Amino acid sequence: MLTYTLRRLMFAVPTLFFIAAAIFFLLELAPGDPMANVPLTVPSEVREQMRQALGLGEPAHIRFVLWLKQFFWIEPLNLVDHWFGTTFAEGELRIISWQNRSPVFLTIAERIPQTLWVVGTSYLVAILIAIPIGIYSAYRQYSLFDQAGTFITMIGFSVPPFFSGVFVILIFSVYLGWFPTIYDTRLVVNDWDSFMQQVRQMILPVMVLALQITSQLSRFMRASVLDNLNQDYVRTARAKGLVERRVILVHVLRNSLLPVVTVIALYVPAIFSGAIITEQIFKVNGIGQLLITALQANDWPMVQTLSFIFAVLIVVSNLVADLLYGILDPRIRYD
Amino acid sequence: MPSGDRTVLEVRGLRTAFQTRSGSVYAVNDVSFDVKRGELLGVVGESGSGKSVTMMSLIGLLPMPPARIEAGEVLLDGEDLLKASPARLRNVRGGEVGFVFQDPMTSLNPVFPVGFQIVEPLRRHMGLSKKAARDRAVELLELVGIPGARARLDDYPHQFSGGMRQRVMIAIALACDPKLLIADEPTTALDVTIQAQILELVHKLRDELGMAIVWITHDLGVIAQIADRVLVMYGGQVVEQAPVRPLFRDPRHPYTRALLKTIPSVTGERAAKLQVIEGQPPILGAFPTACPFRDRCPLAFERCHAQNPAREVVAEGHDVACFHPSAQGAEAVA
Repeated sequence: MLTYTLRRLMFAVPTLFFIAAAIFFLLELAPGDPMANVPLTVPSEVREQMRQALGLGEPAHIRFVLWLKQFFWIEPLNLVDHWFGTTFAEGELRIISWQNRSPVFLTIAERIPQTLWVVGTSYLVAILIAIPIGIYSAYRQYSLFDQAGTFITMIGFSVPPFFSGVFVILIFSVYLGWFPTIYDTRLVVNDWDSFMQQVRQMILPVMVLALQITSQLSRFMRASVLDNLNQDYVRTARAKGLVERRVILVHVLRNSLLPVVTVIALYVPAIFSGAIITEQIFKVNGIGQLLITALQANDWPMVQTLSFIFAVLIVVSNLVADLLYGILDPRIRYD
Repeated sequence: MPSGDRTVLEVRGLRTAFQTRSGSVYAVNDVSFDVKRGELLGVVGESGSGKSVTMMSLIGLLPMPPARIEAGEVLLDGEDLLKASPARLRNVRGGEVGFVFQDPMTSLNPVFPVGFQIVEPLRRHMGLSKKAARDRAVELLELVGIPGARARLDDYPHQFSGGMRQRVMIAIALACDPKLLIADEPTTALDVTIQAQILELVHKLRDELGMAIVWITHDLGVIAQIADRVLVMYGGQVVEQAPVRPLFRDPRHPYTRALLKTIPSVTGERAAKLQVIEGQPPILGAFPTACPFRDRCPLAFERCHAQNPAREVVAEGHDVACFHPSAQGAEAVA
């Protein structure tokens, strides 16, 4: 398994290099000018100087190599410095955002907690709800519960968050006044009251996101359980005289979880990349929102870095999904 | 055939139907038979003749709905299982009645070690401690002839060959010393040498443990080798029942005769063409009011289309459901 992991990681290097290049040169080809937001009163020589200062004077391939160096060498050094108080990275130029002229990674580090709180929680909630619903719907296929579940998940599937988000705001914030409409990022959780406030402001975005994820996951779980219920080993388990609960929750569940765990693992990058629309609606300034504003401001270093981080997460979670499958399914061995 | 022993299983007039979108399908129609202690009853018939459904009906293994048992009695040591509660049936399954299924490749749960799967019924029915159940599991694996039993307890099904997996299935079925073992085509998925080993094993276990065995198969060669008595099924009914020797020497039902003719002979003259039974088995869309075999029977006459023959005794322990005089002992025509 270790050899397999190392081999997969080695294969990931050219993949990631290709992705980094693709993102970089696509952005290079895209229209838009980082100076577009500078007032027209600024003379063109000054504009040109500002472009030079951003490093835009060099040809694209040089800037690409520079970005690679910054991402893989200087930024890790900065992290080491940050953790251990060393000064390895002193004087080296970090990846700088064109928008606010500060290191990209500092901004990302500010935004990540918001996204993790909101999207991470909704993912967790969705998993906890979806798996039992999936099992029960499959076990009682075509029952009232299953039909109702199908109906609700179809709604969850098809109603986009920009509608359901506004809808829950209208009901729970405007009419009922239970929860705030806007997520307050400045809130510091240091006691019970502020914790409760944090919970209250998380409920609506979590609700919207969890509805969507639960819909998908529970359908997936249901299909997986249905596949397994007709298997011969289930008949064997019943022929052994096991109680129905044990047949389902031990024999069927373990087999049905195999594909679902893979799907869950593959979905993890989405937790970090955030939920762009939901974050916009509830004013959660997480990663999704950061990416949108960076795109609007032609902040290519930020877009490049974020996109590349997502790519790394996707590659890694694919590997994790495969390894998990190997651990859960004794038939699969990676030697 | 060890006669005079007490009857373990007695089935009377069992009738099972399936509800489908296009109406009911009558899969088992008035099936009656019994099995004595230490006896091996072979059940033959082609696919769709109702062999498996009959046996699954006995202990509530059919999904209901769509299946429904419409009539009959299933007496296990005098207790009617069709009237038993679900909890009681669970105690019977795996405890008093063991089951071995056709395909050992899929009958074991792939994600649990075989030891876990053998221990389950032991803990459930015999209330053994973890340790005691594991020891008993080792004994069982040794009993069914798996070498290095203790070491193999933690292996997964995919680490066993097909024949070995079927041995594991037999060990599970035998775990709680059942009175009755129902084997549903247990050697069909195995190659011939492995099949011979399994047959020998079951024979040996029957002699050692003395339980009753119902062996479902479509292979007459297997029946000739191991059965004491044979039940021939066709179209959801028992068409002939006889001890194994008389059945092969003097088959009475045209279907049984046709079945026996389909076996190619290894001695004597080589047949120009393998024998087949023309036509298809019936689709049981209605409760039968005529002989189910009439459309494929060379001897069928008017009565066969109007009435369903009942089983009549033609010799000791030998009964047949056929109107034709040859079935009753007159000179065979076909």
